[in-house]
Amino acid sequence: MNTMNSGISAEAENQDEPRAASVAEHKPEDTVIEEGKTVGKPFSDDPKFKLRNVEVFYDQARAIKNISLDIGRNEVIAFIGPSGCGKSTFLRCLNRMNDSIDICRVKGSLALDDHDIYDPKRDVVELRARVGMVFQKPNPFPKSIYDNVAYGPRIHGLANRKSELDDIVENSLRKAGLWEEAKDRLDATATGMSGGQQQRLCIARAIAVSPEVILMDEPCSALDPIATARVEELIAEMSESYTIVIVTHSMQQAARVSHRTAYFHLGHLVEVNETNKVFTSPQHELTESYITGRFG
Amino acid sequence: MQTANLLPLVLVLTLVAYGLAYMRSRAVAAPLGGIRNLKALPFYYAARAALWCAIPALIVLAVWSGFEGKVIQSIVIASLPQDTWPDSPGQASLILSQISNVAAGNLNPDFVPDHIAGAASLLETTESRSENFKAILVVLIAVLGATFAWTRVAPHINARKNVETTLRRIFFVCAALAVLTTAGIVFSVILETLRFFDRVPITEFLFSTSWSPQTALRADQVGSEGAFGVIPLFTGTLLISAIALLVAVPVGLLSAIYLSEYASKRMRSTIKPILELLAGIPTVVYGFFAALTVAPFIRDLAEMVGLEASSQSALAAGLVMGIMIVPFVSSLSDDVINAVPQNMRDGSLALGATQSETMKKVIFPAALPGIIGGILLAASRAIGETMIVVMAAGLAANLTANPLESVTTVTVQIATLLVGDQEFDSAKTLSAFALGMLLFIVTLLLNVVALKIVRKYREQYD
Repeated sequence: MNTMNSGISAEAENQDEPRAASVAEHKPEDTVIEEGKTVGKPFSDDPKFKLRNVEVFYDQARAIKNISLDIGRNEVIAFIGPSGCGKSTFLRCLNRMNDSIDICRVKGSLALDDHDIYDPKRDVVELRARVGMVFQKPNPFPKSIYDNVAYGPRIHGLANRKSELDDIVENSLRKAGLWEEAKDRLDATATGMSGGQQQRLCIARAIAVSPEVILMDEPCSALDPIATARVEELIAEMSESYTIVIVTHSMQQAARVSHRTAYFHLGHLVEVNETNKVFTSPQHELTESYITGRFG
Repeated sequence: MQTANLLPLVLVLTLVAYGLAYMRSRAVAAPLGGIRNLKALPFYYAARAALWCAIPALIVLAVWSGFEGKVIQSIVIASLPQDTWPDSPGQASLILSQISNVAAGNLNPDFVPDHIAGAASLLETTESRSENFKAILVVLIAVLGATFAWTRVAPHINARKNVETTLRRIFFVCAALAVLTTAGIVFSVILETLRFFDRVPITEFLFSTSWSPQTALRADQVGSEGAFGVIPLFTGTLLISAIALLVAVPVGLLSAIYLSEYASKRMRSTIKPILELLAGIPTVVYGFFAALTVAPFIRDLAEMVGLEASSQSALAAGLVMGIMIVPFVSSLSDDVINAVPQNMRDGSLALGATQSETMKKVIFPAALPGIIGGILLAASRAIGETMIVVMAAGLAANLTANPLESVTTVTVQIATLLVGDQEFDSAKTLSAFALGMLLFIVTLLLNVVALKIVRKYREQYD
């Protein structure tokens, strides 16, 4: 919510600034972005998500401007870009988390496995069971560790017996690399864990409903470097069985974990390409300015 | 000069002191090159002068006015011939009122003994002399204080620190006043309660089941022994409060959930103030609504299904009181539900939970301590409510659990015991203080528990 609000204001500020037409000193901010034109490789042969001409409005403000992108099956794709560029907003379109914001409208066609995400007849519960999400700040429920992980399976009726539920909880915690630390205190309250443990618990909680896609909105921004490294390892392991979309402010993180990287700028999708290409030979001058640290 | 005229005079002097000191501080600063060379802004020099002018003068005024009466009285009494000196405080006040009546011209001096007439004229002269001395002294102190502050307007003196210190003390005195008032009230109630327990044993008060506070006024009166068992009153209070909470908790809680989770922003901003308006309706209005509309309706309804109902019933009072405390529950619950962080909702929704599942399994448990705190606050409000019960539930101290009968509550009995002319040495009147003490302890405990719970809840997300 907060990131989005700041997104709107940052964008509005940028638009209000008169464009300096100085040729001698060409700033990256002055670059005119051609709407809907993305350089690099935005499309995929085996798409999990097919997103075409997506636009998102907050009231009148246009936060996402005509973005088309494919997200491949079992691919890890990283969204990078300056604050307020719309990457979180775009991410939240993928499991319709924007629905709870009254003033938010989404246009364009968004499909998961060729089924429209925004079909009014579509059951958002089923969508979110398939597309899990991990948030910026660890948000375990103030319940026990066990109940946190069992929350999703209980809602979706994934276990018929207590023993089945126990198995799901154990497996999810194992996959999240938390089992060894948590197995002796499953009944302890989750808010007593460290930040890194809490975030891995949130990942376990998301995995427990066996999603196909996991969206991660800056999952490591509240974690220390060691906890970050653990989460990154986890992402690498999970990429075998899940499609992962990760928003990050850390370019090193994007370089380490992702297959492809998408660069967002002021609501535009400027460049998408294989991660090593984006970081070694960016094709767009804005991407180059951003990754070389000239702004952001 | 009268105190009422002295106060504006001191105010005027204070303003003058403020203005003079302000101008002087600027004048002192001018040759040095502006106010930046002063230790403090001109405002602080001026404020200090005003404080020096007003505070000592006001203190002297207050002390003088406070003791003036007593001192003059003792002077007047001492002037009386030895053989007419009063031997009891009652007689003294009788003589004094006679003297002051003569002095005020209500009583012709020719009708009273000579020594009284003499004392009356002494009273008159002493009073006017006291007034004059007081006025002169107060003005003198005000002027002296202002002059002292005025002489101390100098670039190297930091007036800001003095003013800040004085202001801090003034604020402390104001805060202390509120605390002292509370302590005073509690203290006086405790004293009267102890006097009551001299007459009626505390065990009878706490454990007897009959309440009938009529005591004999004369020794030969029959049939008015007085019974001071508090149990019927407390069961009545509990019955009515329980009915009120049965109404208020579900209605308030569900409306809070609707407002915080489901209603659109516009809906919320319209409904919430209207709901809170319920808390602003005077309880007397609720009272006659209960007595004239709800109680007869309940009686008719009960008769239709063949039950016997009194025209004043605990049910009527409880229902209306429940409506009255709905906003307490709904407003506080709404606040605590809103205080549950948005990321809890997001976390649950992102796992595919519906809005009602999120509410039931995540938000409600997280907000529960706060909600309970709100309910307890509403309960202490219900227990203390008087007017609705007087009008709708009656005065009869029945020990019953039947909501269709009329009952009475602790607060109603306090009100009826103290309405009208009362003698303050009978068990009947004093019992009101004992009831008040008991009620105070009960609501205090409820509030302490409620605050504890609310505080514990606050720590959870910090």
